[in-house]
Amino acid sequence: MTAVTEQKLEDFEVVRVQVPRRSFASEIRAIKIVWRRELIRFVNDRMRIVTSLVQPFLFLFVLGGGLQQLASAGTHGVDLKTFIYPGILCMTVMFTAMFSAASIVWDREFGFLREMMVAPVRRSSIVIGKCLGGATVAAFQGVIVLAIAGLVHVPYDPGLILGALGLQLLLAFAITAFGLSVAIRIKQMQSFMGVMQMIVMPMYFISGAMFPSSGLPTWLTVLNRIDPLAYAVDPMRRLVFGKLNISPVARHVLDPGITWWGWRMPALLEAAVVLLLGLGLLGVAIWEFSSTE
Amino acid sequence: MGATAGPAISVENLRKHFKDFEAVKGVSFEVGAAEVFGFLGPNGAGKSTTINMLCTLLKPTAGTARVAGHDVVRERDDVRRNIGLVFQDPTLDGYLTAEQNLKLHAELYGVPNDLVKPRMEQVLRMVGLLDRKDGQVMMFSGGMRRRLEIARGLMHSPRVLFLDEPTIGLDPQTRRSIWNYIRQLQEREEITIFMTTHYMDEAEWCDRIAIMDKGEIVALDTPQRLKAGVGADRVTIETDDNEAAIAALEEHFGIEAKISEGSVTFGVQGGEQFIPRLFAEFDAAKHPGTPPILGVSVSRPTLDDVFMSFTGSTIRDAEEDPSKHRNRVMMQMMGGGARR
Repeated sequence: MTAVTEQKLEDFEVVRVQVPRRSFASEIRAIKIVWRRELIRFVNDRMRIVTSLVQPFLFLFVLGGGLQQLASAGTHGVDLKTFIYPGILCMTVMFTAMFSAASIVWDREFGFLREMMVAPVRRSSIVIGKCLGGATVAAFQGVIVLAIAGLVHVPYDPGLILGALGLQLLLAFAITAFGLSVAIRIKQMQSFMGVMQMIVMPMYFISGAMFPSSGLPTWLTVLNRIDPLAYAVDPMRRLVFGKLNISPVARHVLDPGITWWGWRMPALLEAAVVLLLGLGLLGVAIWEFSSTE
Repeated sequence: MGATAGPAISVENLRKHFKDFEAVKGVSFEVGAAEVFGFLGPNGAGKSTTINMLCTLLKPTAGTARVAGHDVVRERDDVRRNIGLVFQDPTLDGYLTAEQNLKLHAELYGVPNDLVKPRMEQVLRMVGLLDRKDGQVMMFSGGMRRRLEIARGLMHSPRVLFLDEPTIGLDPQTRRSIWNYIRQLQEREEITIFMTTHYMDEAEWCDRIAIMDKGEIVALDTPQRLKAGVGADRVTIETDDNEAAIAALEEHFGIEAKISEGSVTFGVQGGEQFIPRLFAEFDAAKHPGTPPILGVSVSRPTLDDVFMSFTGSTIRDAEEDPSKHRNRVMMQMMGGGARR
């Protein structure tokens, strides 16, 4: 057996590789491969694709369907499921993005992080690749939920679909960046999950994904205005409600928008808030990652 | 030495402090091009700390080290481009296939696109995993994973390959085959191999070895010369009363014996000729109080003996130290005040 192996080796010419000095192109290549790895892992992990859809569907159909009976007076004839649908679009992206960010904790636990840390590339390339990978995966999950729009009486409008997709990508990017900035500091999966539960669920509930963001008690209004997720939920709702055929009263009550002292923020500005936040958090993640040994 | 000018690794007075603990106390050595160099010592001797400094994962407290002609602190990236690493703990992505793991490495290291495939094929062939290239790493055995890690470390044709305990936790047969691969690839790739181990028998595969103990290099030479330096054969006897046996050896032969792993052991020239004399003196009728000998063995000097002659303990005894140290630290933390 060994003899055979050696024979083969003799026949084979040594391929020598000269590793070039690092350049912009090599950093782009590193970002690309880290991004691709996230996709490969996601596609291989069919279980995850299914499980991360359970929660949004549960909220949409069970909670939305069940509470409909209580809420029919307040929704002015609009199905509660339709009302919370934009929030669910955000939720799907949010949880998937968090899980993607968690992969850096796994990578550390299983040692793979070390392989990336010792490579002759910038740490920022690794973080950017991870972040883009997480965002792509999350947006893909979002598309699945987007595909069921018809079930909750939301029309398949090209403008709506493209807009929602863009918002999902943006949100996924911001949440992955946020998740990474947390995950880099954390050494164990359990702690990460704990921290995430502590931050993500409150953020989701406060964001106004499940209720209109006007006429709330003062304390909740304040929390809602400082919750970054609110700035992703609101434009998403505006986008969906823009294509609905409902009464002006219902529109006024259900889609009041985020107001600062009576001034309603434009959707683009809200999206810009999310983008800036995402970039800021990415910066934090890169800085943290670069300063670990 | 070889085609490349200068030594592959040169280390001068390298030190590393961790808070109040000095892990590496100023080591100096050189490793020639295309040499297989072994770092031998018990756990906690400072081997991994040294290797981590050499491959730019740790910053030295003092001293300098050059690897493949580049300074490990000032030219970190240049060092990284020229070295391959195989860690003690696995660092493969189990969800990816063998090929995907290698591809990822090649992309991270910027291996030119047209060379990725041929090089990948070659390293996989070298470690005998070519037919498993599409297998998910998760399904691989421990030995296969280690071979794949070695293949990956070679993907970018490093000039120096660092192996930190490459065979730890593997069965003897797999260890042997890994060593065959290592020697083969050293010949074919003309690569310098720097490795750590705490298996004495493995050190025999190295061209030269350095014995490290408590943060210092206590010996550095070829395995043959180190063994020859010990000279004496090693005699181990088993008795009911080791203390009495040691006293008797001192009294009748002037030999200083030690207890190691529960037996009395000592070095003596011409071990086989010594045994009859030993039995003659260890006779309760002749010398009351000498314990009866229950068993005896004579062995030629091994690296264990070399280790023992330089450090005063076998590698297994020495390995108890870190845990003792840990216990002491624990006691101190708990306010127990146990001090050395």
